[in-house]
Amino acid sequence: MNQLRVVDVARYFGRRKALSQVNFTCEAGEIVGLLGPNGAGKSTLLNILATLMSPSKGTVTYGDHTAGDSGPAVRASIGMLGHDLFLYPELTARENLTFFGHLYGLPDVPRLVALALEHAGLTARADDFVSSFSRGMRQRVALERALLHDPRLILLDEPFTGLDQASAAALVGRLRNRQQAGCLIVLATHDLDIADRLLTKALFLINGKPVADVGGSGQLRDRYQAAVASAPA
Amino acid sequence: MSAFLRIVWIVVKKDITVEVRSLELLSTTIFFAITVVLMFSFGLVVEGRAVPDVAPAILWIAIAFSGTLALGRTFERERQNDTLRALLLAPADRPAIYVGKLTGILLLLALVELVLVPLVGLLFNAPIFAHPGRLALALMAGSVGFCAVGTLFAAMLVRARSRDVLLPIMLYPMTVPVMIAGVRGTAALLQPEPELAIAQFWLALLATFDVVFLTLALWTFDPVMTD
Repeated sequence: MNQLRVVDVARYFGRRKALSQVNFTCEAGEIVGLLGPNGAGKSTLLNILATLMSPSKGTVTYGDHTAGDSGPAVRASIGMLGHDLFLYPELTARENLTFFGHLYGLPDVPRLVALALEHAGLTARADDFVSSFSRGMRQRVALERALLHDPRLILLDEPFTGLDQASAAALVGRLRNRQQAGCLIVLATHDLDIADRLLTKALFLINGKPVADVGGSGQLRDRYQAAVASAPA
Repeated sequence: MSAFLRIVWIVVKKDITVEVRSLELLSTTIFFAITVVLMFSFGLVVEGRAVPDVAPAILWIAIAFSGTLALGRTFERERQNDTLRALLLAPADRPAIYVGKLTGILLLLALVELVLVPLVGLLFNAPIFAHPGRLALALMAGSVGFCAVGTLFAAMLVRARSRDVLLPIMLYPMTVPVMIAGVRGTAALLQPEPELAIAQFWLALLATFDVVFLTLALWTFDPVMTD
């Protein structure tokens, strides 16, 4: 997969319009940021990109495929870190990663899990229950779970939540590494300072609708504020 | 092992590991089932004599109630950290994930029935060991039919706000035929003179319901979970 293409995507929940007229592309090696206030539709859009929800209108194309024509193959190339962490608190970090490794049909799961635990800096606590971890530690395990199968498309919903400065810096490094490997990364975040250093391009969403990037002083924070101010009430 | 069965086994193994660690579902479900049977026995057993022919109905009421509890709690566990979405995101056959969850719930319900059946037999003087094989078959077929629909509905409702209310409201009307066939088949087996031909008929009907419900659930699980 070298391109993610979102064309005129809309999503309705009953009469409520959660997303409308969303268009963007993400090429290999790009990091696209979804920015907007709470309830702007960022998580809904990520769920659609992850094939967990179908759009009410429009299409999402993953390279030459759609989720409809090759669901499992598309899902095999997607790694998602959700706002909830997709981890079982009753299992240890190692057991969680091993479970998902087997579920994804990966070869040599023990080696991959050991490597993932090393990346997360949790080798010493590999056999501790996830329920005993801090939010930041859980976040690191969850990120490794999302990247375990080396996905081409990485979807991240608020990945910096609960991380201390060192862990956030490590995550930025990890994402840059995946970017250089040619992965496509889409992330939703409120952390504009980190986003400013990381993003290739940004999509400003207000009330489920993309808002034009109207400029500002060039800093992402200023551009975001200018976009929000220019949005119709 | 085929890819489908491999996914089923992975999901079942995970569910067993989680349950063995907490014993939360097993203990609450068994405790609830015993309470239901005891309550009925206080009302329907007078001076050591049970009202005739109530044992099968009480057995199946206890199975339906404790099954609903198990279904709700199983998917509550998947809801807490949104792990159901993680399962759906995997490049596995989604029907295999459904079958994995269904198998886990059936194993749990089988353990509950291992306690329930002797208890009902003891309290209501029912001859449960007259035809143990046929009784086991009726319980298995009834549980599969009930849980096949229940697993689909519980998974569908996992993000609904009123899921605890909606699950029984949706589940019981759909599974009334299974319950009727279960009660009638069990009643035929627990008679002083067992009516084996009648029991056979209800068993065949239960098997038919199982095939229909399982087919429908496997067919609809993927689209239902995507929207």
